[in-house]
Amino acid sequence: MITQASPQTEESMDTGKPAPSRTASIGTRSRVSNKALDDRGFSETVGDITVDQPRMQTRDVNVYYGDKQAIKDVSLDIGRNEVVAMIGPSGCGKSTFIRCLNRMNDTIEGCRVTGTITLDKQDIYDPTLDVVQLRARVGMVFQKPNPFPKSIYDNVAYGPRIHGLVSSRMETDEIVQRSLERAGLWSEVKDRLTSSGTGLSGGQQQRLCIARAIAVSPDVILMDEPCSALDPIATARIEELIDELRENYTIAIVTHSMQQAARVSQRTAYFHLGDLVEVGETNQIFTNPRHRLTEDYITGRFG
Amino acid sequence: MTDGKLITGAELAASGSWHGSPQTQRRLRKRQAAEKRFRAYGLVAILMGVSFVALLFFDIVAKGWTAFMQTHIQLEVTYDPEVLGIADSGDTQALSRANYTGMVKAAMRKTFPNVSGRRAKRALYGTVSSGAGFVLRERMMANPDLLGSTEKLWLPADDDIDMLLKGHIRRDAPESDRRVSDQQIAWVEQLEQSGQIRKQFNTTFFTAGDSREPELAGIRGATTGSFYTLLVTLILSFPLAVAAAIYLEEFAPKNRWTDIIEVNINNLAAVPSIVFGLLGLAVFINFFGLPRSAPLVGGLVLTLMTLPTIIIASRAALKSVPPSIREAALGMGASKTQMITHHVLPLAMPGMLTGTIIGMAQALGETAPLLMIGMVAFIVDVPGGPLEPATVLPVQIFLWADSPERAFVERTSAAIMVLLGFLILMNALAVVLRRRFERRW
Ligand SMILES: Nc1ncnc2c1ncn2[C@@H]1O[C@H](COP(=O)(O)OP(=O)(O)OP(=O)(O)O)[C@@H](O)[C@H]1O
Ligand SMILES: [Mg+2]
Repeated sequence: MITQASPQTEESMDTGKPAPSRTASIGTRSRVSNKALDDRGFSETVGDITVDQPRMQTRDVNVYYGDKQAIKDVSLDIGRNEVVAMIGPSGCGKSTFIRCLNRMNDTIEGCRVTGTITLDKQDIYDPTLDVVQLRARVGMVFQKPNPFPKSIYDNVAYGPRIHGLVSSRMETDEIVQRSLERAGLWSEVKDRLTSSGTGLSGGQQQRLCIARAIAVSPDVILMDEPCSALDPIATARIEELIDELRENYTIAIVTHSMQQAARVSQRTAYFHLGDLVEVGETNQIFTNPRHRLTEDYITGRFG
Repeated sequence: MTDGKLITGAELAASGSWHGSPQTQRRLRKRQAAEKRFRAYGLVAILMGVSFVALLFFDIVAKGWTAFMQTHIQLEVTYDPEVLGIADSGDTQALSRANYTGMVKAAMRKTFPNVSGRRAKRALYGTVSSGAGFVLRERMMANPDLLGSTEKLWLPADDDIDMLLKGHIRRDAPESDRRVSDQQIAWVEQLEQSGQIRKQFNTTFFTAGDSREPELAGIRGATTGSFYTLLVTLILSFPLAVAAAIYLEEFAPKNRWTDIIEVNINNLAAVPSIVFGLLGLAVFINFFGLPRSAPLVGGLVLTLMTLPTIIIASRAALKSVPPSIREAALGMGASKTQMITHHVLPLAMPGMLTGTIIGMAQALGETAPLLMIGMVAFIVDVPGGPLEPATVLPVQIFLWADSPERAFVERTSAAIMVLLGFLILMNALAVVLRRRFERRW
């Protein structure tokens, strides 16, 4: 744990001091990290980072790209059946953070993650844990719709097939139909399931990606700006969809639209230059922010 | 501002607008001229390239197309048991060893009964190809009942007579300057009058192996050798190169070692091909004791040569697969192997195949390294497998180009045409593949 007065991690990196190891144990730790005030006017996360029924918990997560630190001591709970929105100015580390939750950062050369992240109390960075199984449990929808250049049917059936969830064509048909229905795409594509997924419109492609993600029944769905390439109508449909999905899934969504965060989420986390500045009920964050940086951001003074 | 007078920077600043000023007009004209010139340079370069290629093709086709025709002489041959020296038509050994040349000579004597004297007779026999006997033998072996019968047959003429008929040897040249004597010309003219000499399609060129006699030489041996050599090359280089490319692109850590490997692969692509030939000679033949002149060794050497080409093309193809597809697959919980085999490879395959075909086309035209491993030997038999001595098309071209006979000149060009045909076919295939599998994402 970093308990000393100076949290200047860049300095500690320069002196070759190893980054703190992932020994934090959730539960025994105090609720907010014990960081001193630094020159950005930031001290510690404001608000309650915990929830009653956590699905995922992160404690003191630091992420480094080579020598550059992108996430600093972020601790946050993500509860069952809730939508957590992550907002903040560009480059503040929202994507970096969300990608830690299904270890997509593993694929980036030179990216290093420290701290503890658990899914249902199980450390997801445990070396004995299989990352493939983790990603089946924590699905992801990316900013840019990225359907496979295969048929719509095969796009949705891919996950169930590789994870052995289906054994017959009938079962596959069923999963494909159910997933497309839940993603609100079924009526639009049911007559052309064999045509290419890349031939759909941007909004349809994104819903296809959501259908693909929910086809394997994940516990958590991560969404990194899922609507940034979509028009308002497509956005509205996806927001509706997120609201419906909340009944069965835990969702973490990164968004640049504060209206969207306000519409779809129950809790909101505000990031700033790698720090988690404030967490709270979405209502409270947007009507009564407690931190000056949060207030500046949501009132449009910067960002 | 329209009086054509130049305006100064200060005036410009004062007037607030520089659009439409004389300077602008002049600059516009200059820029448009520069653009026109730039296009013209490109056009000239293309025109020059195209005209060189056209010239090359024209030259080769003009020289080579006559090789597809061959002069034949019609003779009435008698399968005379006495001349042949066969008593029993059931004896295959005797059939194969019989004196078919004698039969041809007898037929010639019958056509020209007035020729006497040893020299004149030798000249007479010389107008028919020494391969005419083989034609008779083949017919006889296939059908022994012919023994004792007589039939009219078109037999290949000697290459000099062929050249005479094709106009490469001029009849009005002084006798001492041409390889055909006045007497032979007289016989040919006699045959022409009786319609017993004509040019017909040269099947021998496509069905025979090499020969000292141009009229008997064909490219079958060389094309078969090329086929086996390329087969070995393809079987070895494609999987090796794809595996290497996948490892380097998808698995290898980015460190000094992989940098060194990368640089060396690029260097390997630039190594003169004859060096690979020397390597093949030292390693495959002298050390491992593989047979000389064999397509297997040729294929191994060409594999070394084409590997870097295919690796580089395959890596480029892998690199061009968008990262979003990889992320999508990994995000779905696909393992790295699944990501590669299900998504990356299918998308990279057209690029890999294009690279492979281009590498193969290069290998098909390669000569120098094969000279080093003995594929330049004079080989008459069509190879029956990758371990039998063989030569390849470009080496055959090299060999024929080196032969003194006039008739080999046209055969050289004809062989080049065949080689170019294969190359064009392969490159067309590469284009088709690229078109067919091109995908948008
Ligand atoms: N692959 C990478 N290599 C090095 N640095 C990176 C990499 N990805 C992100 N960063 C850096 O990490 C920081 C956080 O980036 P991140 O992508 O998480 O921001 P973000 O909050 O998602 O921004 P945006 O809203 O623009 O998407 C940035 O300073 C960025 O430059
Ligand atoms: Mg981002």
